[in-house]
Amino acid sequence: MGAVMGTFSSLQTKQRRPSKDIAWWYYQYQRDKIEDELEMTMVCHRPEGLEQLEAQTNFTKRELQVLYRGFKNECPSGVVNEETFKQIYAQFFPHGDASTYAHYLFNAFDTTQAGSVKFEDFVTALSILLRGTVHEKLRWTFNLYDINKDGYINKEEMMDIVKAIYDMMGKYTYPVLKEDTPRQHVDVFFQKMDKNKDGIVTLDEFLESCQEDDNIMRSLQLFQNVI
Amino acid sequence: MAAGVATWLPFARAAAVGWLPLAQQPLPPAPGVKASRGDEVLVVNVSGRRFETWKNTLDRYPDTLLGSSEKEFFYDADSGEYFFDRDPDMFRHVLNFYRTGRLHCPRQECIQAFDEELAFYGLVPELVGDCCLEEYRDRKKENAERLAEDEEAEQAGDGPALPAGSSLRQRLWRAFENPHTSTAALVFYYVTGFFIAVSVIANVVETIPCRGPARRPPREQPCGDRFPTAFFCMDTACVLIFTGEYLLRLFAAPSRCRFLRSVMSLIDVVAILPYYIGLFVPKNDDVSGAFVTLRVFRVFRIFKFSRHSQGLRILGYTLKSCASELGFLLFSLTMAIIIFATVMFYAEKGTSKTNFTSIPAAFWYTIVTMTTLGYGDMVPSTIAGKIFGSICSLSGVLVIALPVPVIVSNFSRIYHQNQRADKRRAQQKVRLARIRLAKSGTTNAFLQYKQNGGLEDSGSGEGQALCIRNRSAFEQQHHHLLHCLEKTTCHEFTDELTFSEALGAVSLGGRTSRSTSVSSQPVGPGSLLSSCCPRRAKRRAIRLANSTASVSRGSMQELDTLAGLRRSPAPQSRSSLNAKPHDSLDLNCDSRDFVAAIISIPTPPANTPDESQPSSPGGGGGGRASSTLRNSSVDTPCLLPETVKISSL
Repeated sequence: MGAVMGTFSSLQTKQRRPSKDIAWWYYQYQRDKIEDELEMTMVCHRPEGLEQLEAQTNFTKRELQVLYRGFKNECPSGVVNEETFKQIYAQFFPHGDASTYAHYLFNAFDTTQAGSVKFEDFVTALSILLRGTVHEKLRWTFNLYDINKDGYINKEEMMDIVKAIYDMMGKYTYPVLKEDTPRQHVDVFFQKMDKNKDGIVTLDEFLESCQEDDNIMRSLQLFQNVI
Repeated sequence: MAAGVATWLPFARAAAVGWLPLAQQPLPPAPGVKASRGDEVLVVNVSGRRFETWKNTLDRYPDTLLGSSEKEFFYDADSGEYFFDRDPDMFRHVLNFYRTGRLHCPRQECIQAFDEELAFYGLVPELVGDCCLEEYRDRKKENAERLAEDEEAEQAGDGPALPAGSSLRQRLWRAFENPHTSTAALVFYYVTGFFIAVSVIANVVETIPCRGPARRPPREQPCGDRFPTAFFCMDTACVLIFTGEYLLRLFAAPSRCRFLRSVMSLIDVVAILPYYIGLFVPKNDDVSGAFVTLRVFRVFRIFKFSRHSQGLRILGYTLKSCASELGFLLFSLTMAIIIFATVMFYAEKGTSKTNFTSIPAAFWYTIVTMTTLGYGDMVPSTIAGKIFGSICSLSGVLVIALPVPVIVSNFSRIYHQNQRADKRRAQQKVRLARIRLAKSGTTNAFLQYKQNGGLEDSGSGEGQALCIRNRSAFEQQHHHLLHCLEKTTCHEFTDELTFSEALGAVSLGGRTSRSTSVSSQPVGPGSLLSSCCPRRAKRRAIRLANSTASVSRGSMQELDTLAGLRRSPAPQSRSSLNAKPHDSLDLNCDSRDFVAAIISIPTPPANTPDESQPSSPGGGGGGRASSTLRNSSVDTPCLLPETVKISSL
């Protein structure tokens, strides 16, 4: 009889049902709450019409189509949030840690500070970077460096940006990265850019200094045919 | 790299504009891009079924058949489509992989056929998505096992072939382990099995009472006492055979210590030892009692059958693996027994002529009751005793029924869990290895490309450029992006080896550099690149009108120094490198300002090679020729002493 009981109850235990105690109910409630939040954020975003985007940016219809197809394939919901952005960007720089720089980059793309990048933001920024005038490109770069978006770049902001860039290089570099390399880099930058030596770089100083530097001017044309 | 990343590369490259103001050197030129970047629809005809897709979709995975130029072999110019003479149903899954990035495994198709299609289209089975991966692996394993079984059945008689010159030991051991290999082994196997059976049966039979012919002792004797000689002879024969077998196994075993510790050999020893002990024990009465106990151990001979039976071995393993659950069962039973025995004892204490004389005596009652045996040799007589007795029997059912399914389900759970954990661990390892491989692949690809000659340049028509051109457009652009980063930071990507070497070199280079005073040398007009970045501000005036030359100078120099390395017969010797750059530079360089001074030609006497030896000799790519530069640069009043021309290499 014991054997019969044993096999019978062993069949029962195959379906494992959790005991319905308080902890379980609380867990279910939390899970439902999270699922609701997820549902809200999974709302699809659709961009404006093709003609509008064509008018706003410097891309042709075909280029916009290619761009959107790629974008939609990667982000079916139509928006990129910061985490995804960081992951994507980190894949291009496997040597080091690209998350800090990706964070600043994300803020530069996310012009409305919405916390997510829509296709319009994406394409607007690309239009400036690839097809914009020198002025626009430099202004975008200034905006990138200006972390707190107050219109001025001070040494701390520049230090953060430069450190983030050096982080992307990773540990194994040649020559060996020293502790004060970023600081020196920032000093060089300020020497060049800060005309009135007041410790901050304004947009005009920035534009002026960059336009004086032939190297920068030349390099700006490098990325013409990325798309 | 993940396919989706290819979509984001243009944006990452565009974002590199943000590095421009910080770049202390000119950024390298972008790789040449095909003029027509428009997207077009390709038609892929697979055995008559037409699939249409964007070219970009297929280009996402450049290392597969459809993503690379290999598909041109299948291009049919007349119809303008790519024709594949393969299964169209399977192709659907392959194409979906390009579209979604996930390879799904069709449930109703044969796994072998699917594998073959994957191999044809250049997809590795690891690409199967997580949703289908487990099933894919299971089916594959099943298939493989089935095939292996079939093969085994075919080669039943063969067995692994021993090398011709194998020793007697090896052959003997093989005969013991695989009795099917030779006739002698098989005979031995059956003979030992027979004797084990004979021995066990003899042990059993010798206790049966058999009536002797002479009725003088009226009581019956066990057969063992009636025919002691016969049984003794049989026992001796069996023990001799077992001893011989044990000794032979001991001789043939490849690792005697391990054999001695194995379970089977212990069983063997326990089976034959009592006989020998019995031989040497004198026939006193007090010792013979112990001797009789020893004979019990003869029953362990039956365990020798486990060599002959697979099932016994599996059972043994099962018990071993469920040891903790069995222990729990035992423990809970013991607790219940003690509790109920105590209760019954005190309940029955008052009764006279009771069987419950002590708590241990009550143990027997409790066990018999709880297992619902109920012999009836001990029964409670008081009412309290009966009540508690019934509670005992009821709870006995529960207590026994509880752990047993736990053991059963535990066993099955552990078994399945183990399998799943192994699978998951293997998957995890594979996944991590894949990620690591991809990461290192990208790193290595970039470092390799740098070693191979740097960026492609319009000027270099050398053969070495051919090997660089085989990179895909994606790789080219990605490497260009990494190159831009290097230029921005004036540091280079390198691998761990060179990094540790450089670490050592830096500590040494600092010492020797003080003696060299190369910085004061007039290096010439175009030595713009010989100094580190801030000095460029001064040199701006000495810039060439030809913009491309200055931009290409970096790459040219790379090619040059590396070409110099290639050209020189003894690249290890740094002095030869210092002495020869003129030749290599003249051969390769177009622009005049490509100054040999970069390698500090005027200063070989001042900067003797011995001093520059401290840094490790050029084991890896061409990094060492610049040690002289490094030494020289340390003295320059440069804010970034380390970032001298090294970055060109």
